[in-house]
Amino acid sequence: MDLVINIVEQLINGLRTGSIYALIALGYTMVYGIAKMINFAHGDIIMVGAYSLYVFYGILGLPAAVAVILSIIVCAVLGVVIEKVAYKPLRNAQPLAVLITAIGVSFLLQNLALLIFKATPIPFGSIIRVPSVQIAGIHISGITIVTLVVTTISMILLTLFINKTKAGRAMRAVSEDKGAAELMGISVNGTISLTFAIGSALAAVAGLLFICQYESLQPTLGALPGIKAFVAAVLGGIGSVPGAMLGGIVLGIIESLSKAYISTQLSDAIVFGVLVVVLLVKPSGLLGKIRIEKV
Amino acid sequence: MALLEVRNLGISFGGLRAVDSLDMTIDQGQLYGLIGPNGAGKTTVFNLLTGVYRPTEGIITLDGQNLVGKKTVEINKAGIARTFQNIRLFKNMSVMDNVKIGLHNHFKYNLFTGILRLPGYRKVEKSMDERAMELLKVFDLDKEAGNMAANLPYGKQRKLEIARALATEPKLLLLDEPAAGMNPNETEELMKTIQFVREKFKMTILLIEHDMKLVSGICEEVTVLNFGTVLAQGKTGDVLNDPRVVKAYLGE
Repeated sequence: MDLVINIVEQLINGLRTGSIYALIALGYTMVYGIAKMINFAHGDIIMVGAYSLYVFYGILGLPAAVAVILSIIVCAVLGVVIEKVAYKPLRNAQPLAVLITAIGVSFLLQNLALLIFKATPIPFGSIIRVPSVQIAGIHISGITIVTLVVTTISMILLTLFINKTKAGRAMRAVSEDKGAAELMGISVNGTISLTFAIGSALAAVAGLLFICQYESLQPTLGALPGIKAFVAAVLGGIGSVPGAMLGGIVLGIIESLSKAYISTQLSDAIVFGVLVVVLLVKPSGLLGKIRIEKV
Repeated sequence: MALLEVRNLGISFGGLRAVDSLDMTIDQGQLYGLIGPNGAGKTTVFNLLTGVYRPTEGIITLDGQNLVGKKTVEINKAGIARTFQNIRLFKNMSVMDNVKIGLHNHFKYNLFTGILRLPGYRKVEKSMDERAMELLKVFDLDKEAGNMAANLPYGKQRKLEIARALATEPKLLLLDEPAAGMNPNETEELMKTIQFVREKFKMTILLIEHDMKLVSGICEEVTVLNFGTVLAQGKTGDVLNDPRVVKAYLGE
């Protein structure tokens, strides 16, 4: 019985971490779907979100809700600005040039944070004050509940947005054929900006949940969740929105179970190992479409 | 009255003169043909008209409004819509959504209304659905509204492309080789569709075509391009019997 409870608790832990990965992975996958680029600075948006919350809530003393909303806005705006300044001029350049630029932006953000906030980790108390609950002997912490609720709502809203609204439809059209969309009167620049704004806002939400869990801030805090979410996006099939959600959750659960039952040190190796195996068996990822290139 | 006026239009790609001193006037309500051998510059003309390429020199006006230097999106808003030689539908979207993309700029609600699904959102989406359905009915595609565009048979994909272009409410419709890949029966049906569109929507149509039967059947006037320059221009019957045109198509 204890073992069952333990496994369920680990699964819930995995679900919590996984849903945070999923939120971040959505940003990678949406940007890839529309701009056909990997935005390696995406992970650092998480860091910016976390520091924004620290500034608005910890330093300026704004109410938690206001601080959360402001942090999300800061990240959304930052995402749009990064796209306009760094990626838009390279839209017709080689993919490699864009990739290197994205890595450059990532370093820029990390080093700006280093300059402003210094390298010493800053302790930061969680803003989530939800009591933990005990269901049938299973302990679920408040932060887990909040994380699961917030990520589920975000994913449902995003799915409805993409499938059922004008702007979402425009995003799908641009991701399929930029030229044709433009000739039908769809603003490609506007749509790409919107995609970066939404992706970055989701990363901000992930950053806030992340920081409430780890309670410590440092300039490189976005790097590891960023790279794992990228793995999740590839695992699920990059470009696929449901794929990113599935990939994130699968990754979180594998990580949590291997930490608990195999080895904490090896957990990352196992996670990346699973990616390698999935890509060997299904190169387009779990839910990715197989593209047959015409030659 | 002239709807589209093209004066001395030209474009060079490096040393290649793709289109040279093209003059063309299309009147309101006309069905106009642009023909010529492969590589004559016909699709380049379409790309110039829709702002995909910027002309090296010349003037393009639609309804008296200058189009040169405008972006593709603005030109669509000004009133030019097109279809493509190799069909470019949004294949992974539903038939209905393809038409709704065309309607995009004619219906408005703000982003947050959409995210939060407020009543304004439902009302606008509903009228978009109704408008899209009307258009699909015209082309006998209403039963397929929920299908993926990729799953439509070829002829219907062509029709859907026309429906999507019409959804943007253009003044001028450009059709790039609408009969490409069609058998004689389908071409026959297409001719009827084009004439129907013209009457039903009071549409001015410029089409590129290789199928001479289609051109002589429905176009009132044609321009023949050869190596980027105008070889002949005028009433369809006269032009197609012009010995120079026959020579350009069939050789000596």
